[in-house]
Amino acid sequence: MNIHEYQAKQTLKKYGVAIQEGIVADTPDKAVDAAKELKEQTGTGWWVVKAQIHAGGRGKGGGVKLAKSLDEVKELSNKILGMQLVTPQTGPEGKKVHKVLIAQDVYYPGESETSEFYISVLLDRATSRNMIMYSTEGGMDIEEVAEKTPNLIFKEEVDPKIGLQGFQARKIAFNLGLSGKAFKEMVKFVMALYKAYDETDSAMFEINPVLKTSDDKIIAVDAKVNLDDNALYRHKDLALMRDINEEDPTEVEAGESNLNYVKLDGNVGCMVNGAGLAMATMDMIKLSGGEPANFLDVGGAANAQTVEAGFRIIMKDPNVKAILINVFGGIVRCDRVAKGVVEAYKNIGNINIPIIVRLQGTNAEEAKKVIDESGLKVVSAILLKDAAEKVKEALA
Amino acid sequence: MSVLVNKDSKVIVQGFTGSEGTFHAEQMIEYGTQVVGGVTPGKGGQTHLDRPVFNTVADAVKETGANVSVIFVPPAFAADAIMEAAESGIKVIVAITEGIPTKDMIAVKEYLSDKDVVMIGPNCPGVITPGQAKVGIMPGFIHNPGKIGIVSRSGTLTYEAVDQITKAGLGQSTCIGIGGDPIIGTTTKQAVEMLMKDPDTEGIIMIGEIGGQMEAEAAYWVKENSAKYGNKPVVGFIAGQTAPPGRRMGHAGAIIGGADDTAAAKMKIMEECGIHVAVSPADIGETMVKALGK
Repeated sequence: MNIHEYQAKQTLKKYGVAIQEGIVADTPDKAVDAAKELKEQTGTGWWVVKAQIHAGGRGKGGGVKLAKSLDEVKELSNKILGMQLVTPQTGPEGKKVHKVLIAQDVYYPGESETSEFYISVLLDRATSRNMIMYSTEGGMDIEEVAEKTPNLIFKEEVDPKIGLQGFQARKIAFNLGLSGKAFKEMVKFVMALYKAYDETDSAMFEINPVLKTSDDKIIAVDAKVNLDDNALYRHKDLALMRDINEEDPTEVEAGESNLNYVKLDGNVGCMVNGAGLAMATMDMIKLSGGEPANFLDVGGAANAQTVEAGFRIIMKDPNVKAILINVFGGIVRCDRVAKGVVEAYKNIGNINIPIIVRLQGTNAEEAKKVIDESGLKVVSAILLKDAAEKVKEALA
Repeated sequence: MSVLVNKDSKVIVQGFTGSEGTFHAEQMIEYGTQVVGGVTPGKGGQTHLDRPVFNTVADAVKETGANVSVIFVPPAFAADAIMEAAESGIKVIVAITEGIPTKDMIAVKEYLSDKDVVMIGPNCPGVITPGQAKVGIMPGFIHNPGKIGIVSRSGTLTYEAVDQITKAGLGQSTCIGIGGDPIIGTTTKQAVEMLMKDPDTEGIIMIGEIGGQMEAEAAYWVKENSAKYGNKPVVGFIAGQTAPPGRRMGHAGAIIGGADDTAAAKMKIMEECGIHVAVSPADIGETMVKALGK
């Protein structure tokens, strides 16, 4: 689960990670109040107005602006709140901004130059251990750094037996070229950051940039936190941070019916039991000349209710020209699924697009009979090859 | 021969008396698997499905000589159950449970690293040696004893491949569902290696998906080592050719994180390593038949 920057920063702060302070607001007036309060708390003279959406590259889309007066705070918040923010990660339709974070200005002039770093904590799947990935090239797109200057990206593996050790944090601070007060601050920062990652059961932390201020403080200016969904049951407080506004409404609805749905841009809808088979079915649709309109895993219980919920969700998408149902019945019997399909079809009524039902496994022959004798305009298949052919015919 | 499990495997079920454990234990027994008992803490001394229930895995091992455990314990307690099995001398642990927190699995991996035990899963359909032992949740009837070994990260997609192999008249030696999570006990490479070394396996199917480097690692291993084992043909399929980057496709591990864990990249590597790549999931069986030259 992803959370907003302001939520991520609050969480980091609890674990002693120094952050760029800020106050969240959902109206321009509240943004001005937040700016006044922040000035009292931190003494900041300028403010940064930051759009809160679950996507990176907000600055590039005009979602992060510097305000030099309270009037500008109001003006910029007014502009950003409610805008459809398009960034390289949102897709062309963008995401609506419901909240802004009014943050302190941390790039103030001082005794030394400011510098920006990149630090993330994540699972290294190759070793099954957590690692800290860091770079002197902060504030940039890390994928780009990895491609152009891979020698500037460092990795530090954490031994699960002992956790992150002080010598490792010192190594990171040295590799980032720090000394004196900034060095000590960085060691503290890294230790606190890892503790936060570990204790929140996170799947990924990405702090980009980590800033060395002109007075040698080390602070998180941005924070991207991805929590492990499987561990949310033991973090009720973090689970509450979910923002449904950030999710596709159809995907949310699917989740409520225990369906796993991801919307795509194609013209053939599909409904499948099992994630691997669902992906394979999408691939087959493409090979048959179509484009998958979605990923939809109905899970173990492919019954009349789940099939009906699946139908309704797929048909919300006006681009869908055909639907392929692909169920491999192991524990779940195919004839039951077939009856479920027929029932769901009748309940919905007026389905005007071709439906191809491929049922294989336990009682596949009986299932085909149920479909064929239903009198509905539904094409049945048993072999995956036949199903592929029938998708092709439907699109022709 | 076959690998991991056979007719002599003595299997216990952890989470035996729960609804999942009960249902699948019944199915395994019906298939002919030697299920010798189960573990549910606090229910030791009872009898369930005509088999003894134990409080601890250690008791179960001592009383029954069990060497394989299949785990149906809920996610919050599953890591603990896996470690208990390893501590008690179980040699093959098959963890079916879906949804175990990653942090718990990091600890499990570390704990098992110096023990003489193989873990399959979690979040997997299990392991089956057709005609001998079914340790998991796969439908037994689609399998037929034969010479093709199957390794897969998926559940129903594995059944699809099994079914195509059975319909092609080939049958399976052992099918290993390694699981769809980011951290799993046995990798694609390790499972392929087991099957390569198994004299009863004449061809191997490896089914992968987007995310991670496991299929590439297995492919490079095949390229290096296949000659030592008589160049058994290997057929590969990768699910998720049409999956968009950055989105999780059902399985926690199925997310494209970079350019080299896409389906296209993996298929290219497999081809370069001499693996017969099936582009369509409908052609997995046929590709194996061709690869065998029959």
